[in-house]
Amino acid sequence: MSRRDQLASLAGGVISLPARIIEPVMTGLQKLLGIKRMPWVFLFPNMLAVILFSLLPVFINIHYSFTGSDRLYPQDRPFVGGANYETLFDCGNYLDPATCSRDLFWRALGNSLVFVPIQVIAMISVALLAALCLNREIRGRGFFRGVFFFPVMLSPVVVALTWQWILQRNGALNGLMTWVGLTPVNWLVFPNTAFFWSVFITVWAHMGFYTIILLAGLQAIPKDVYEAAKMDSANNWRVFSRITLPMLKPMLLVVFVLCVIRSVQTFDELYVLTGGGPGSATMLMVQYIYEIGFAVQPRNFGLAAAASLLLGIVLLIFTGVQLRLSRSAQQ
Amino acid sequence: MKLTGIGLSAACALLAATAPMGVAQAQEVTIYCDDLGYGCVTMQPVVDRFNSENPGETIRLETVAYQALVESLPVQLESGEGPDSAIITDLGGLSRYYLDLTPYVDREAFEAEYGQVLQWLRGSDPQGSAIFGMPTSLTVNGAYVNLTLFEQAGVPVPAEGATWEEWAAAARQVAEATGTDFAMEMDRSGHRFSSLAISYGAELVDDAGKPVVDDGLRAAIEQFVAWHEDGTMPMDLWGAVGGATHRELFSDFLNANVVFYFGGSWTLSQMDTEVGDLFDWKVVPAPCGPSSCTVMPGGGALVAFSHTDQPELIGKFINYLAQPENTGEVLAAAVEIPASKTLIEGGIEYPDASERTQESLSTFIAQIPKMAPAAYRFQGWRYQRAMMNALTTRISQVLNGELDVDAALERIEQDVNLAIDAAQ
Amino acid sequence: MSDTALPKSPASVRGILLGRRGRGRFDLTDMLTYGFLILGLLVMFTPVAWVVVSSFKTQANLQEFPPTVLPYASETAVIDGFDAPLPLFDVTQQDGRKVRLAQVRRVGLNAQMVDPADPGAKRIVVPVVNAVPVRQVRLAVENYANLVAETGADLWRYVYNSFFITVVATIITLIMNSMAAFALSKYRFAGSNVALVSILSTLMIPATVVLVPTYLIVAQLGLVGNLWGVILPTVATPTGVFLLRQYMLTIPDELIEAARMDHASEWRIFWRIVLPLSSPALAVVAIFSIMSRWNDFLLPLIVLNRREVYTLQLALNSFQSEFEVRYDLLLAMTTLTALPLACAFIFLQRYITTGIASTGIK
Repeated sequence: MSRRDQLASLAGGVISLPARIIEPVMTGLQKLLGIKRMPWVFLFPNMLAVILFSLLPVFINIHYSFTGSDRLYPQDRPFVGGANYETLFDCGNYLDPATCSRDLFWRALGNSLVFVPIQVIAMISVALLAALCLNREIRGRGFFRGVFFFPVMLSPVVVALTWQWILQRNGALNGLMTWVGLTPVNWLVFPNTAFFWSVFITVWAHMGFYTIILLAGLQAIPKDVYEAAKMDSANNWRVFSRITLPMLKPMLLVVFVLCVIRSVQTFDELYVLTGGGPGSATMLMVQYIYEIGFAVQPRNFGLAAAASLLLGIVLLIFTGVQLRLSRSAQQ
Repeated sequence: MKLTGIGLSAACALLAATAPMGVAQAQEVTIYCDDLGYGCVTMQPVVDRFNSENPGETIRLETVAYQALVESLPVQLESGEGPDSAIITDLGGLSRYYLDLTPYVDREAFEAEYGQVLQWLRGSDPQGSAIFGMPTSLTVNGAYVNLTLFEQAGVPVPAEGATWEEWAAAARQVAEATGTDFAMEMDRSGHRFSSLAISYGAELVDDAGKPVVDDGLRAAIEQFVAWHEDGTMPMDLWGAVGGATHRELFSDFLNANVVFYFGGSWTLSQMDTEVGDLFDWKVVPAPCGPSSCTVMPGGGALVAFSHTDQPELIGKFINYLAQPENTGEVLAAAVEIPASKTLIEGGIEYPDASERTQESLSTFIAQIPKMAPAAYRFQGWRYQRAMMNALTTRISQVLNGELDVDAALERIEQDVNLAIDAAQ
Repeated sequence: MSDTALPKSPASVRGILLGRRGRGRFDLTDMLTYGFLILGLLVMFTPVAWVVVSSFKTQANLQEFPPTVLPYASETAVIDGFDAPLPLFDVTQQDGRKVRLAQVRRVGLNAQMVDPADPGAKRIVVPVVNAVPVRQVRLAVENYANLVAETGADLWRYVYNSFFITVVATIITLIMNSMAAFALSKYRFAGSNVALVSILSTLMIPATVVLVPTYLIVAQLGLVGNLWGVILPTVATPTGVFLLRQYMLTIPDELIEAARMDHASEWRIFWRIVLPLSSPALAVVAIFSIMSRWNDFLLPLIVLNRREVYTLQLALNSFQSEFEVRYDLLLAMTTLTALPLACAFIFLQRYITTGIASTGIK
């Protein structure tokens, strides 16, 4: 047996173990409950995990947002009503964070409102370009696919440390610039360059994921459509805009929604890279929530919970709107 | 089937290996410590002796990274989990979890030896008299200076009593003359900044435990910003990083890229191995501000947590460790300053340290009597961390032009007050 | 694509360079395509390659600026009368001649050197600026050796922990998610929409945000400091259920009806028919699960509070100690941490595209 087959059969052996235990249980349940109730049996373990580890924490979070103090257990926390939400919205002028009681929240929000569109557009453009290139008949397609997907496999800590090390004052990038004759720039010290690199690094780290999805979408487009276009001697741009793009729309929508959701939740890489600096130029929403609820003493779970719920609601509304729009566009 | 048999036994082995540790052995205590300075590595010989002298009673040292101690330990303690004991540095902040050791230790001896530092441990109960732990070592902020660079520049080294401005000017001259990258650097830490602030007259906290922003703090911040603007200090540390992140660049000093580095006594143990003969250096007496010549004290303590089920054993071990010869042994290996009176007055031998290091230790110790009362009060304040976070966050914002000094002062006070309110 | 003009020997370099679309001429689009791909290759790989190369540099070599591309180490020579080998330097003397000396000691800006050919002679004092170290390319494998030595046997413990979490979590995820997907795709029952929506809505919640309540629940279950405390909270992945459900929708119902006619139990149908047919989608879910478990950081950070149960990512993070970033060890560890994933990826990469394409995400 080849190595791959050996591994597969070993994996099969390990997996069939729980199956041998579960099978009699499931057959017994089927006899007991009848076929109509079986879907619930299948659904049960997953739902249990979802309720226990995803929905229950949200409810606890809601409870945190309406209570105060820095105690962990809900029963120890005194009820404060909407005080946490009030303090978040306590602003003289919503456009000027300096007038707000929680200025860092509004700064982080402002940064996120700038970061997310820029990053999403950059990410999807680059991913689409890469997918288009990979879709052509080129040699070494599998290799290049691997090339783009590779950074996705690296952990955020590794990504951030790598780039921080390259971008530091004495790092490789400045070394390269010196060698070529340009003056080195202390990249992470200035707000604008730090912001640029934040976008660049996060795109670098995640574009492979979206490239693969778009590539799958491109490959689903039937070849005879292209043949027909060739017959009409359409040029490349026409082929792209009249045929490729419309047929790619569903995939683009999926990519767009996923990208926005992930982009809003950007935290790990930037936190290790700049800690939100310089000043607060690269501080995004999730970092603010994390610092309030975790990194500062004493911890303010209530405020962090309130901010995070607001974030979740905004995301929910946005995704709902997106899906509604796409559904109407499809009709 | 063969695979099933193997699979089954493998599964059982794995499950057993990861199962919770069952019932703790009777008479065993776990202590969390860092592996630097007065920590797991240096304490191990003493622990081994204790364990062999007390069969059936075991002390277990567990190495935990500093960041985990700061971030995860409080959450664990809050949920009733965590070790029996730990060596910690946030003395005031964790005070509500401490076990009162008075029934297990010699109260008078402890009061006599540790006096002031015991007060730091009483963060949540400043008027009380509980003994919450054994202070392990004292740390002192201080300035490291590269003497070789001064020599080459031909600039005389400022004497004791020189002010921060004089030091900055001298360092600037030296940097220009020798082509060194930077004149001055300071750890990005609210604790380090407080040394500067208190020397300039800041009170930081009043007797009622409320934050104070005054002209002293303003003057210190303005001076600090001015140094960044004229290039004396680089933006990389305080300017480039945001939020509450702690960052330091002591490696710049080790590589002779900076003339004057304001850090603390905990890096002394590295100096011999890292610098060796590369250049001549020393620790200088505290630079003075208009109000005093203060550097912040700090230090760790070995505390026990109230959820432990082995209080007598912890007490016994702490008594044992507190004996001057035992704690002295650990301190000598860690190259740190003692916290107990007997050892400070009697002095300790540091056999592995070079002459330069020993001199520096004496200099650090000599700064202790000069510390302003505000420094002690600040160190023992329960909300010291909140203030330090506010200082780093807001000063970075000033350096980047997001806030001016007035707004920053307001925000600092507001941040700390909000944190105090949230903790009620 | 039949219009592609490929030369007859595809395996040759010429074949690679000349493979193109268009009737025998080098299309502009082709040039742009290759240009973009080469650029992508450089941008994607160079940082990583840089980390790997630099992980073989000594701490001193790492501090240099401008940084050297290859790892260099000083040449040393053993000289009579000295115990340890001395580093060699090429020194430019006052008269402009270059001579090779060995350095005994360096104090500040001056160094004491000795002539290797004549060790008994007087020491020569040389200003440091005139001395250039004699270096050769050398891989500092001691970084890796030191890493293993410093973390000791712990390194294998961390590797084991990471592997255990990844493998077990992936297996549980696959089983649970496919069961749920089966229920949601092959049955019509009241409440199926509610269940689907509630599972998908959990996508909106950033993990960071429910970190503390999740920890609270894990603590209540008594799983703090236990690997299961990290495995269980994230097994119910919404993307996994969604992908599998979409894929299972394409499995014809007739197969299932036929099996029911043969009195097969529902579990049998699931396990023997549906699951094997879903293997492309399962492969995709498995890959995503492996990736996210291997790299998981925040939850392990607070749940795994004892060194014995640390994962590789936590150990990597703890190298950023309070006082100094040991880049030599850090880079070695970074390389080691990314290595298993790279191997897994090479092994599984072709499943990824085919798998996602087959799920027909619409």
